[in-house]
Amino acid sequence: MRKTLITVALAAALAGCGGQQTPAPQNQADASFEAKLQEQLLDAKPGTVIDIPAGHYHLKRGLSLRTDGVTIKGAGMDKTVLSFKGQVVGPEGLLVNANDFTIENLTIEDTKGDALKINHGKNITIHGVRTQWTDGSKTNNGPYGIYPVKTQNVLIEDSEAIGASDSGIYVGQSNNVIVRNSRAEQNVAGIEIENTVNADVYGNTATNNSGGILVFNMPDLLMEGHGTRVFKNHVVANNHDNFAANGSAVASVPAGSGVVVNSNPKVEIFDNDIADNKTANIIISSFYSTNYASKTGVAASYDPYPKGIFVYGNRLKGGGDSPSGLDFKTLKVALFGIGGHFPDVLWDGYSDPKFTDKTLPPQDRICIQDVSGVVDADGPGGYKHPSTDMKPFQCTLDKLPAVTLNPEPKL
Amino acid sequence: MKFAKYTAALLALLLLAGCQRGMPQPEFHADGRPTRLSDWHMVEARDGRLELNAGVVPYNLNSHLFTDYVHKLRTIWMPRGVAAKYTANGPLDFPVGTVVTKTFYYPRAADGKYSDVARTLDYTGDFAGQGLRLASVHLVETRLLVRRKEGWTPFVYVWNKEQTAATLMRTGDVQALTLVDAQGQREDFNYVVPDEGQCVNCHEADMIGRTIQPIGPKSRHLNRDYDYGSGRENQLEHLVAVGYLMDMPKLAEVPKDANWRDPSASLDARARAYLDINCAMCHNPHGEASVTGFSLGHDVPEDHHLGICKSPEAAGPATGGRLFDIVPGKPDESILMHRIGSTRPGVMMPEIGRSTVDREGEALIRDWILSLKGNCDIVH
Repeated sequence: MRKTLITVALAAALAGCGGQQTPAPQNQADASFEAKLQEQLLDAKPGTVIDIPAGHYHLKRGLSLRTDGVTIKGAGMDKTVLSFKGQVVGPEGLLVNANDFTIENLTIEDTKGDALKINHGKNITIHGVRTQWTDGSKTNNGPYGIYPVKTQNVLIEDSEAIGASDSGIYVGQSNNVIVRNSRAEQNVAGIEIENTVNADVYGNTATNNSGGILVFNMPDLLMEGHGTRVFKNHVVANNHDNFAANGSAVASVPAGSGVVVNSNPKVEIFDNDIADNKTANIIISSFYSTNYASKTGVAASYDPYPKGIFVYGNRLKGGGDSPSGLDFKTLKVALFGIGGHFPDVLWDGYSDPKFTDKTLPPQDRICIQDVSGVVDADGPGGYKHPSTDMKPFQCTLDKLPAVTLNPEPKL
Repeated sequence: MKFAKYTAALLALLLLAGCQRGMPQPEFHADGRPTRLSDWHMVEARDGRLELNAGVVPYNLNSHLFTDYVHKLRTIWMPRGVAAKYTANGPLDFPVGTVVTKTFYYPRAADGKYSDVARTLDYTGDFAGQGLRLASVHLVETRLLVRRKEGWTPFVYVWNKEQTAATLMRTGDVQALTLVDAQGQREDFNYVVPDEGQCVNCHEADMIGRTIQPIGPKSRHLNRDYDYGSGRENQLEHLVAVGYLMDMPKLAEVPKDANWRDPSASLDARARAYLDINCAMCHNPHGEASVTGFSLGHDVPEDHHLGICKSPEAAGPATGGRLFDIVPGKPDESILMHRIGSTRPGVMMPEIGRSTVDREGEALIRDWILSLKGNCDIVH
């Protein structure tokens, strides 16, 4: 053990000379803890519960788990903290490729890459987990905090995500998902549902992110999403500077966005408190108003238009008074004057050229009720001929069914 | 008299076991975790050499994975009476009992200091017969993949400083080393010995089936000559000759990847072989990176599937501010170049397995992207 310690110290010293990142030194207790936890994860059997007692632990290497039916339990998100500030081997904090996985009551901090990534698995429960970058919102923070991808039957609840350079809570390419009663702040995107089928996002608070809650479809992935309900959330003052690296999808989200739908069909937004998001409280947009819409790199099967979007019964307040981006700033001043503000909903104006207003199937319409107004920004026309006509949005859609987890998580 | 008797007994034992100068027969452990590399009797340090036991067949790959300029000695061994079945794609279909080893070592730097290792792509000074000359090399670790009844199992053994024995290290190790090139240029780096979980990160090419597999021993990687001391011979034909491989078609029908360092091969073939062996264990439609929709296998069509004008997924800050994985003709606008040129965890690709940049590999991929035609115009 002593030899390991010396090696580590030496590695740190040498790395410092070479201009490499110097990993924080790891003491004997941390090194033993890390080795033990690694072995517990390697040797876990279905049914194993790994209890991590209260403590602030410094780890050097990303952890991984590949056994079904394992539970990882801390003593509370304020009590059990796995810090990866001195991470040498990455990139994730914990990488899981397993079914029937539960993680609860702990914090994962300062990972070089994603904090908690679950890649391929069904019946995933994340309860009372915090992921955080403690130096605040920085471009070089890891991209995702809580990150299930290619998963089915997923519950994220009572959790927190702070400081991710992409999305705090990000669910990608998954099926049957509930994100509830969680909190996201100081991320670029607070909560993002991407290329996911059937998700309920409710009871969450998203504040001080660049964008509060996002529902996106990206091209060229193995599945496309539809069917997300966003309700009973507090999406307030998501006006943080967008600190994402250019090229990442969320880099094109204007700071000051409340709820954003991009290219994703069948989204229902209702019964939320959405307020004081300076670009707009609700944005509905297409792939074509992102900065990554390449002419050649997109599969023909990808549908870049948001269709079947239903907004109703939200409590909306403030916002739209100081939009990000030159196009939106100019547009706002042109339409509403320097002291004015956008109404609650901003639509970029891209619609499927295959249809006219008359031939668009009713279930594919964008229906918006109970808002102060809608701006059709005329993105396709270079923002030259915007409109505030509410008529095209006066319609109703069938409500989406609630997501039911099956099996229900046992906690 | 006593000596002669001893020698005779030893000789008899050798003849019986068919072993290498007193090395006990290679052993397949069907379960458990042997704590010493020598428990397997595949490769052992003795008489100033890293020796291969009888029946332990060395092999090489047409193109190999970059690991901080480390050199690798790979071997295959199988129990008597079983053989691998040929496959045109994927790894050869190895029988239960197969033990694949890979010893990671550096040629020593000219100054002879233990932690100084040579940055060289030249292997010619390393060998003593089929094994390694310990006076010339610094052994770091030997990794095993063992085909047990329940599947492939990884083991990592780390060599001691005396270079006499290697011990099981399940939770990995970090060693501070310095690469020294022929001009005396030095580069300090952390050599990272993987933990068991990381072995699986790369060797689990299928996240859904969750099966661990060898990566190198595929027919298209193995289809090349090797100098077995008795002259050069095609590796696959040699495996057939020693009884380790069956059902092999005519050699002309066996696929063959390029050696990425072979200047006589086409730039495209070299680059695709390099990307395949360095990236496709994760970047394939069932792998760890399947969530990105970006594949780098040798047979991926040259369009968005290969990252051409494809926007990144889940890269976060690792984009380096660039919009697409590969922009034809523009390596400096391609995320791929940013990531293979980085050593920062979370940015660098591959995600694990190196702490330095493969300068020669980077130059190859740069040339290849320069040679690609097309553009990634944005719709606006």
